[in-house]
Amino acid sequence: MAGFRTDTFGTRIDRDKPLRFTFDGKPVEAFSGDTIASALLASGRSIVARSFKYHRPRGVFAVGSEEPNALVTAGTGGETEPNVQATTRLVSDGLVVSGQNAYPSVDRDLGAINQILAPFFGAGFYYKTFMGPMKRSWMWYEPSIRAAAGMGRASLSPDPARYERANAFADLLVVGGGPAGLAAALTAGRVGARVLIADEGHVLGGAIDLDDARINGTAALDWAKEAADELDAMPNVRVLRQTAVWGYYDANVLAAFEDCSAGGLTRARHWRLQARQVVLATGSYERPIVFAGNDRPGVMLVSAALAYARRFGVMVGRQAVLFCNNDQAWLNAAALVEEGLQIAAIVDPREDLPAELTQPLEQAGARLLTGHVVLAAQGKKQVEKAVIMAADGSGETVTIECDALLVSGGTNPVINLASQAGGAPTWNADVAAFVPGTQREAWVPAGAMIGAARLGEVLKQGAVAGQASCEFLGLRCPLPSFKVDSRGGNLRASVEDGGLKPLFEVKAPAGRRFGKFDKAFVDLQHDVTAEDIRLAAREGFESPEHVKRYTTLGMANDQGKTSNVTGLAILAEAREVPMSEAGTTRFRPPFVPVPLGTLAGRARGAQMRPVRRSPLHATHAAAGAPMAASGLWMEPRAYPRPGEAAEKAALREAAHVREAVGIADISPTGKIDVAGPDAAAFLDRVYTNLFSNLTTGQTRYGVMLREDGLIFADGTALRLSKDHFLLITQAAKAERVVTHLEYLLAIAWPDLRVTVTSVTEQYAGIAVSGPKSRTLVSRIVDGRDMDNRAFPYRDVHRAAVSGLPVVVARLSSSGEDGYEIYIGADHGVFLWKRLLETGKDLGVLPYGIEATDILRIEKGYPGAAEFDGRQSLEDFGMEKILSKKKNCVGRPLALREALTSQDRLQLVGLQALEGAAVQAGAHLVKGESAEKPGESEGHITSATYSPAMKSHIALAFLRGGRERHEEVLYAADPLRGTHNRVRVVDPQFYDPDGSRSNG
Amino acid sequence: MLIPCPVCGLRDVGEFTYWGDAGVKRPSHREKEAGPWVPYVYERKNLRGKHEEIWQHEHGCRQFLIATRNTETHEVLDAKLAGPFGGDE
Repeated sequence: MAGFRTDTFGTRIDRDKPLRFTFDGKPVEAFSGDTIASALLASGRSIVARSFKYHRPRGVFAVGSEEPNALVTAGTGGETEPNVQATTRLVSDGLVVSGQNAYPSVDRDLGAINQILAPFFGAGFYYKTFMGPMKRSWMWYEPSIRAAAGMGRASLSPDPARYERANAFADLLVVGGGPAGLAAALTAGRVGARVLIADEGHVLGGAIDLDDARINGTAALDWAKEAADELDAMPNVRVLRQTAVWGYYDANVLAAFEDCSAGGLTRARHWRLQARQVVLATGSYERPIVFAGNDRPGVMLVSAALAYARRFGVMVGRQAVLFCNNDQAWLNAAALVEEGLQIAAIVDPREDLPAELTQPLEQAGARLLTGHVVLAAQGKKQVEKAVIMAADGSGETVTIECDALLVSGGTNPVINLASQAGGAPTWNADVAAFVPGTQREAWVPAGAMIGAARLGEVLKQGAVAGQASCEFLGLRCPLPSFKVDSRGGNLRASVEDGGLKPLFEVKAPAGRRFGKFDKAFVDLQHDVTAEDIRLAAREGFESPEHVKRYTTLGMANDQGKTSNVTGLAILAEAREVPMSEAGTTRFRPPFVPVPLGTLAGRARGAQMRPVRRSPLHATHAAAGAPMAASGLWMEPRAYPRPGEAAEKAALREAAHVREAVGIADISPTGKIDVAGPDAAAFLDRVYTNLFSNLTTGQTRYGVMLREDGLIFADGTALRLSKDHFLLITQAAKAERVVTHLEYLLAIAWPDLRVTVTSVTEQYAGIAVSGPKSRTLVSRIVDGRDMDNRAFPYRDVHRAAVSGLPVVVARLSSSGEDGYEIYIGADHGVFLWKRLLETGKDLGVLPYGIEATDILRIEKGYPGAAEFDGRQSLEDFGMEKILSKKKNCVGRPLALREALTSQDRLQLVGLQALEGAAVQAGAHLVKGESAEKPGESEGHITSATYSPAMKSHIALAFLRGGRERHEEVLYAADPLRGTHNRVRVVDPQFYDPDGSRSNG
Repeated sequence: MLIPCPVCGLRDVGEFTYWGDAGVKRPSHREKEAGPWVPYVYERKNLRGKHEEIWQHEHGCRQFLIATRNTETHEVLDAKLAGPFGGDE
C-alpha cells in the first residue's frame, strides 16, 4: 500500500459524486473527475501494468500523456480499447478496466520469468538470434514471442462505438492551453481573430496549478479559469478540450484527436485543423534520472506527485525520497510538504543551495543530502528503499526507507509538432534540452517549449506570439500585460546560474550490484536499459536513428516522451561526443496514440463508399429482386419466384432470353457524350479502330489502349449525328474512361474541338433481348420501321416511346437478337413497366445481372473480369481491330514483341468434364492430383453453368491457349478444395457465327 | 496541401488527381515508332525541388492544371489552366 486519498479538496474531483469501477475484476472507489491513474493511486494500488519485455511490475510514473507505464485496457467486448493511458482517461461509473501483458493478472504475472532470462534479451536480440541458420526458426518461435511481449489486445468483435471526423478553420490555432497558450489565445481573440485553441487536458491551464502564483492579483488557477471562461464566451474563439493535436502537415494542416469518451453519442473525433497561423505552446515534460531499479512502482516524477496531490487529493506515498538536480523540483518539494507529504530525504548532486530552497524542507524534517545521488531503488514489488551515495562516488552508501521515490532531472520541451513542421531540433546547453529548430510552416513557439521557466516569462511569450500572429494576419493588436507574483518568480533555471545541473544517469561504481535485478531503465515502455544503449554504441551504432531502431528506444506508443533525450545523452556519453553533435531523432506523427476508428470516422460499413442506384432500383426491390453490389452500383441479381433461389432464377432467366424475350436494367452502363466538329477524328485517335467512316445511325464496337499498349477499356460508340457520339462503356470503367478522354483533350490535343460529358446518370437504359425482342420493341417504339433491313444489327436511331424521346440501338450482349433503349432517367420506370405490360403475351420477363453474365459467357464476350489491365489485343485474338490505316493511343507500344508474343496468356473457353463446377480464380494445371498440381499455366476469370450448353463452362487465360484447343487440363482450386478436369475450347460456346443476333 | 485552382480558388489536394510530370512532352500523334514513346511512358526524373505537374480538379471544375510544386516542401507555387482554356494570357 503506497498512495492514499487525503482530506484536502482536490481541484479536479467532485467528492459529492463518488463512482465505482473495476480494475482486474476488483472494485475501485473513485470520484467524478478522477483519472484511472489517480483513482488507482488513491486506492493504494502500486502495480498497474507489466512491462513490455521483462514483465516487470510497473506503477504510475507521470500525470499526463507522457505516461510510459500505466497502459490499461478499458471496456469489454466490442468496446474494448487497449493501451489506454490511465493518466489521461477519466473514470466513469461501472467502467471495466483491466491490466495488460500479464497472466493471470498484473499483480501475479507468470511472464515475469522473463526477468530471469533478461541477460539474453539485450539490444538487437531478434536481429542476432534469428539470423543465419536460426532465421527459419523465427516462424516457429514468433507466435509465443508475440504473445509474451506486447501491449493490450484489440477485440476481434466489431467496434460498436461511433467515431467522427470534423474540419475546422482558423486564423490562428493555438496548440496547448497552458499559460502561454491562454495568453496567446486571449491576445488574438480579443482583437477579433478567429481562434482555435486545443488542449489535451480536461481543464485549461496546463501545469499552472503547480505554481503558487498570482496573476494580476488573482490566484493562478482562478486566472486560468477566468481566461477559459473569457475564451468560451468569445464568438470568434473555439476551445477544443480533451483534444490532442498529433500531427503537423503541409500548408498548416494539423490533425487532432478529441477524446469524447466522457459522454455523448460519439467516442472520439478526428479533427483536421486548417490554420493560417499557429502558436505552438506545447509546454514541457519533466524528465527522469536513470538509476538501477528505477522502474519499480513508486518511482515517479516530482511534478506528477504534486499534480496528484493538488488535482485529485491523492498522496502518492506515506514516506517519500526526492531525487532532483534543479531548483524547480525543490519548489515542488516544498509545495508537496505543504500538501502534507512526508519527505524523508531530498537528494541533489549540487552543493550549496540557496536557503530559500532548503529551509522549507529542513523545517519539515527532511534529510538534506546535497552533493548526493540516488544509486538504486530497491524493493520487492514496489520501491521500499533508496540507496544513496555521494555524487563523487566516495564514502559509504546510505539507505533510506521510502514507498515513493520522486525524481526530477529537469524538463524536456515538447517539440514534437515543431519538429514535424521544421528543421532538426537544436541542443540548448543553457537549459540542457532540445529546443525547436527552424520553422517550415507558419508557426510561432512560446513558453516552456522553448525553455521558458518562470510563469511571467511564459505568459509574456504567449502574448507576444499571439500578437505576432495577429500582425501577420494584418490585425493590429495590443499586448496585454501580466503582473505575476510567484514563488518561482526568481527561479534559477539555467545551467549557468546553477538552477540546473545536467544529470541523466547515475551509474553504479564498478563492481557494485544492488540485488538480483538492477537494470537501469531509460525507456520504461519498451524496456530499453542504459546498458542496451551502450551496447549499441559499442557495436558501432552512432546515428540516433539507428540506435533507436536497434534498441527500440522511443519506439513505443509514448514516442519516448520521458526517455528519448535521456537515451540520447547516454549515447552521446558513450560515444564521447557533446549532445549538440550527437543529435536527435526526428519526431513523426502521431504525437499521441490515435485509435484507427477515429481516422475512419463514419466511413465504415454501408458508409464506407457511396452507393449508386439505378433509377429503376425501387422497381427491382418491389419485384423482390435480391441486390448485389457491382462496384459502387447496386444491381438486381435475379427476379426469383416465391421459394426459388437466386442462382436457380438466374439460370431460368438466361434460358428464357434464348427462347422468348427478357428485359434487363443496364442503367449503370457508362454513357459518355462526345460532341464537336472534331469528335470523329478524336475517336479515331483514342480507339484502335476507325470511327470516322461510321455513318450517322450506326454503332461500332471499339477498344481503347493505354499509352503502354495494353487494353484500357472496350465499348461501343453510337453515332447520333455527324458531330455527336454516345459512347457506351463498362460501368466499372466509366469514370476512368471519361478522365482519360478529358486528359487527352486538355494535355495532348488541346486544338481538337470536342467536348466530353459523362451522361451515365442522365439516362436509364434497358436491354431487350431474345428472339421475340423485335416484336416487343416495335410495339412500343413510334415512328421507326423495325424491320431487319430498315433497322439492321448495330444500327442506332432516335425514336419515341409514348412521345418521350429515346435512343434505340440494335445491340446485343446476349448473343440473341436484342435492343438497348436509352431514355431520360426519370422515365426509366415508365419504360420498364411499359415493356412488361406490352410484352405479356410474348412472355416477357425481367432478368438480372447473373443471367446477363451467363449469357455473355456463353457467347464468349470478355467482361470486366477479363479486361483486368494486363492484356494485349493479341491475348483476345483481337489484333485485327488495330487499324493499320491510322495511329491511335497506345498503338506504337502495342506492337512491341512482348505484347504480341503467342506464348502469353490467351483467352480460351473451358468445358468442364464429368459435370463438376469450376470457379473463377482456379488455376489451370497439368497435374492430375491436387497434391501435385504442377505449375500454373493460366487461370479462370469467369465461370457459370450454361443452360444452353447443358454444362459448366468458363472463360480463362491459358499460356499459348489459342493453339491448345481440345487439350485436357485440370482446374486446381486449393482454396475451395477442387481439382476438376476441363477441356480447352473456343471461347464462343454459343452460336459462333452470330446468326441469331445478326439475322 | 492546397492547390490554387484558377477556376475554383484555393482548394484541398483531396479534390485533385495527379496526372504526372508536365515536363514530359507527348510525342506527336503521327509518331508510329515505339522509340520516342518509351521515355514518354516510362522515364521520369523524380526531381527534388521545383516541379511542373499536371493535376486535374476532378472533384471540382474538372479542369486540368499545370501546377508548380516544390517536391521537398509540397508548396504549390503556381497553378495555371491547361487545355483549350489555358496558355499564357
